[in-house]
Amino acid sequence: MAEPMRIRATMAGDVADVKVLMNHPMETGLRKDAKTGQLVPAHFIQDVTATVNGAAVLNADFGTGISKNPYLGFKVKGPQKGDKVVVNWVDNKGDKNSAEATIG
Amino acid sequence: MNALRRNVLKGAAGAGAVAIAVAAGLLKPTQAMAAWNKAAFEAKSVGDAMKGLDVVGPIDSKEITIKMPDIAENGAVVPVEVTSSIAGTTGIAIFAEKNGTPLVGSYSLSGGAEGFISTRIKVAQTSFVRAVVNAGGKSYTATKEVKVTVGGCGG
Repeated sequence: MAEPMRIRATMAGDVADVKVLMNHPMETGLRKDAKTGQLVPAHFIQDVTATVNGAAVLNADFGTGISKNPYLGFKVKGPQKGDKVVVNWVDNKGDKNSAEATIG
Repeated sequence: MNALRRNVLKGAAGAGAVAIAVAAGLLKPTQAMAAWNKAAFEAKSVGDAMKGLDVVGPIDSKEITIKMPDIAENGAVVPVEVTSSIAGTTGIAIFAEKNGTPLVGSYSLSGGAEGFISTRIKVAQTSFVRAVVNAGGKSYTATKEVKVTVGGCGG
């Protein structure tokens, strides 16, 4: 289920620019399957956390209004090149995934 | 001694009340336990969603910039960038006002994170996209209209 995520972190001045691409269907629970006419059950990422060197920088809650294969960009002031960024997500079915990158 | 006993009894009664509320369906267990703000995310109006996030009377602010296309051909994927230059920004929430459930995402920032979030959202129909920023215990807000050619919810 958990397909790889893509993550990239680069320094621009004293700010780290982090970009994350998650692989997830983000089903709202309102869409009908074209073939069967049945509602496709809701399946979406609910909670995303990001840390830099183990310290929390971002805690995001997603609703069903986030697009399929969510993209998330954020900026953190202060880290050094070589610091480690880790991003985790958990969806409404309890699936989870994690990715890490070294700030370059 | 007696005071302690009182407290213990009170505590037991309190726990009992919660259990009864859960049993009666007033409080769903997930709602009581999970960090994910179910009430806010399932709210059908912007007002209710804000209430769920404890946002009261946000102040219009020009220090919040919402960068997104004026016209979105595909409402299923609308890029949005919210930048807050308000000092001490600790939270950003994004709403698509005419979506069935308007709250799209809520982000809390800490440890040096800047007042900036970039994402892609679904927008059901032409409407305002609203950003609410929490900074120093106060709430600020800004909106931007997006015209949607093809809706982004269901189909």
